[in-house]
Amino acid sequence: MNYFPDEVLEHIFDFVGSHKDRNSVSQVCKLWYRIESYSRQKVFVGNCYAIGPERVAERFSGLKSITLKGKPHFADFNLVPPDWGGFVYPWIEAFARSRVGLEELRLKRMVVSDESLELLSRSFPNFKSLVLVSCEGFTTDGLAAVAAYCRQLKELDLQENDVEDHRGHWLSCFPESSTSLVSLNFACLKGDINLPALERLVARSPNLKSLRLSRAVPLDVLQRILIRAPQLLDLGVGSYLHDPDSENYNKLVTAIQKCKSVRSLSGFLDVAPHCLSAFHIICPNLTSLNLSYAPGIYDNELIKLLRHCHKLQRLWILDCIGDKGLEVVASTCKDLEELRVFPSDPYVGQAAVTEEGLVAISRGCQKLNSILYFCQQMTNAALITVAKNCPNFVRFRLCILDPTKPDAVTQQPLDEGFGAIVQACKDLKRLSLSGLLTDQVFLYIGMYAEQLEMLSIAFAGDSDKGMQYVLKGCKKLRKLEIRDSPFGNAALLMDVAKYETMRSLWMSSCEVTLGGCKALAKRMPGLNVEIINENDQMEFVGGCDDDRQKVEKMYLYRTLAGQRRDAPEFVWTL
Amino acid sequence: MTPPLLGGVEEVASSASLLASSTSVESVCENGSAELKERNYMGLSDSSSSGDSSAISAVTGESKTSLNLKATELRLGLPGSQSPERNSDLCLFASTQLDEKPLFPLHPVNDNHGSSMPKNLLLGNKRGFSDAMDGFSEDKFTSDSEVNAMLSPRSSQNLGLKPGSILENLSSQPAKAKEVVGQKPAQERPLVSNDPRANNRSSANNSSAPATKAQVVGWPPIRSFRKNSLATLSKNTEEVDGKAGASALYVKISMDGAPYLRKVDLRNYSAYKELSLALEKMFSCFTIGQCGSHGTSGREMLTESKLKDLLHGSEYVLTYEDKDGDWMLVGDVPWEMFIETCKRMRIMKGSDAIGLAPRAVEKSRNKD
Repeated sequence: MNYFPDEVLEHIFDFVGSHKDRNSVSQVCKLWYRIESYSRQKVFVGNCYAIGPERVAERFSGLKSITLKGKPHFADFNLVPPDWGGFVYPWIEAFARSRVGLEELRLKRMVVSDESLELLSRSFPNFKSLVLVSCEGFTTDGLAAVAAYCRQLKELDLQENDVEDHRGHWLSCFPESSTSLVSLNFACLKGDINLPALERLVARSPNLKSLRLSRAVPLDVLQRILIRAPQLLDLGVGSYLHDPDSENYNKLVTAIQKCKSVRSLSGFLDVAPHCLSAFHIICPNLTSLNLSYAPGIYDNELIKLLRHCHKLQRLWILDCIGDKGLEVVASTCKDLEELRVFPSDPYVGQAAVTEEGLVAISRGCQKLNSILYFCQQMTNAALITVAKNCPNFVRFRLCILDPTKPDAVTQQPLDEGFGAIVQACKDLKRLSLSGLLTDQVFLYIGMYAEQLEMLSIAFAGDSDKGMQYVLKGCKKLRKLEIRDSPFGNAALLMDVAKYETMRSLWMSSCEVTLGGCKALAKRMPGLNVEIINENDQMEFVGGCDDDRQKVEKMYLYRTLAGQRRDAPEFVWTL
Repeated sequence: MTPPLLGGVEEVASSASLLASSTSVESVCENGSAELKERNYMGLSDSSSSGDSSAISAVTGESKTSLNLKATELRLGLPGSQSPERNSDLCLFASTQLDEKPLFPLHPVNDNHGSSMPKNLLLGNKRGFSDAMDGFSEDKFTSDSEVNAMLSPRSSQNLGLKPGSILENLSSQPAKAKEVVGQKPAQERPLVSNDPRANNRSSANNSSAPATKAQVVGWPPIRSFRKNSLATLSKNTEEVDGKAGASALYVKISMDGAPYLRKVDLRNYSAYKELSLALEKMFSCFTIGQCGSHGTSGREMLTESKLKDLLHGSEYVLTYEDKDGDWMLVGDVPWEMFIETCKRMRIMKGSDAIGLAPRAVEKSRNKD
């Protein structure tokens, strides 16, 4: 290969898509490293503090797209105080300075200020795609800047962000001429929307394929939009309140009938419980359905809808569907690959789901490989059955709402059930545990979960052994997050070198002490060991007594960038 | 010192579980003014002793759901009678007995219909209600509303405890109490599984509930965005029902023997079965279950024989007052027609409803 000109190697590397593979390619020799580095266009940085933006820009001179993740996963559940960090501004600023030809920015759990959005929109003339997931810190003013100055914008995708709404004028900021918009998702916005501006925008966006509306968009506007954009592939309905006898509704039915291309349906953020039948006509084409934000749909309506969805591959739904509803899914959606069942509000008459629903799904949906399941109860027998029926799980996340609940029938811990899952699912990459669990389950995980990359543990285990089994056995582990489990220093310090093979470790409300963390930080200078000390729970009062204090929240990660300079007061890097 | 309760218990053949349950009851008795502890959906109190038989504090700011459940717990004593709260304790204790069979054979439901049990210690007891308590066979043993009410609530875990006169009542009812406790396990299972969910959902999603229930931070692991959205959405859906093109149809529902009426929005349901399920949960004892569900799809008419089954099968029937002011049996007409014409509903005693049957069936025949 060394006798090929660089261009040939570069061309060959073009076919190497995944980040993992490209990382491997770059390790082969200096030449390959060099060529791979300047030809790589998409860069993925799983922890924005693992490396500095200047270094990234320097290495990957052809960088066009970057994905950054900020806060630890448990920040989603309010375990990380605000102001912890994860600011995107330094990255945008560094890239602007280095004249990176940035075209795509994908962020998850980061703090995005309006200034950073403005800087972004002005610094990169070819900027095309902005995807923000679970971010915060910006307002609709920032969106206005993006709309106004990113003339080539194709994708503006806002998923579950916390956005401060300063009225809907941002929609009017898109250029007056035809736009290049392909994908627009503003479902997470809470405030009013300038509806005429929205309609005009859709009218002048001939390439629009994906549109997800917020709650502020009522049915009549939806209907007009659908008339203008029957080519949509992905539709997120905003508000779905209507009178079934009204003319608006009839018009909607007509409009929907024209949308033959819709493959993905979501939204229904405000919904009157009846008459989803307008959508039955497009259900047979759907491959993705997300009704997890629609608590107003009752189970029988859901079931009626689902009976039409034969081609569904991905389903996100609330547990008001009930076990019976899941049986319907199992018999209808034979192509189902991903299922997420979220807990819903306590409506009178709503049923929750139990292990029976999960078993039914496993029997009916042989292609299932990813599941997130919030349920009332679980049994070992059910999990063993599921493991037998579906050995293809790549992601298996089970959340029993009562976190230490044992097997609902035998009152035993759920060790055997999860053990069966890890043993059967050879490709399992992500696992979340819940229910009553002892060290035994970790023994199984260490033994069988060879491909496991991410493990989430809560209220589980009896002793340090549990964590030790996992650290010893799971060779490919990248992210480990643990809360409220009795793992202490012995486990933490068992194999400190392992943490440099992992992206990060989170431990909160466990038994690790300050002394243990200090020892770890000392031995591993390539890690940032951060203690989150909210409410002054801990004090450095001097003396070695400190070290016996239990650490409430510890987050450690490997890094090439050293200690971060933007840590707030309550975060100590040891 | 053994309280009189235990004394009464020993009269019966003793068994481990009974003693266990009575011990727990004893501990409650000894508590005197029952310590109010917050109980979260996991059943853990603030002091994190999961085995603790603590009760939930009745804080007025409790979420709407738990308030409603409290209201559904029909107190048959005079308003202000404190009997119902006691239930929580008994239920909680008994919940640890889930796997144990009741010590005493359950008497058939109608055993004491028109019972000759002495109505002592009774404050305004409405016999009818206690008879109607679905599956609660304790009504056979006593007409004492206090004890009955103690045993009834499915939603008791939500309810506040007030220290109260229950103890006095309890101790004076040893013979009754033993049976009561014994039967608890049979009933508790569904209750326990229902309640934590109700608790959990309300605590997880209802941000307006003050921290009366000690929530575990960050559990269940749902993104806060989703949690907040669902909480807002559910609140709005309730408001929205009034604004939607099809305006909300709230009708009052009264139940014989209940001091509180309820209101439901009929537009929330699309079939009799849903309504009956909802009412069942609301009133915890009503068995309209079969009403309408036997009908052929789309027609939901009750035949005469089915109606008779219904009436014989339960103590209570659901009736409604239509636009003409007539009291009709629910389930005769198609659902859409029903919600158009229903003005209010009443859960009346089976005995009173018999007179309706021929007329109802007649009317439905006329429609054929």
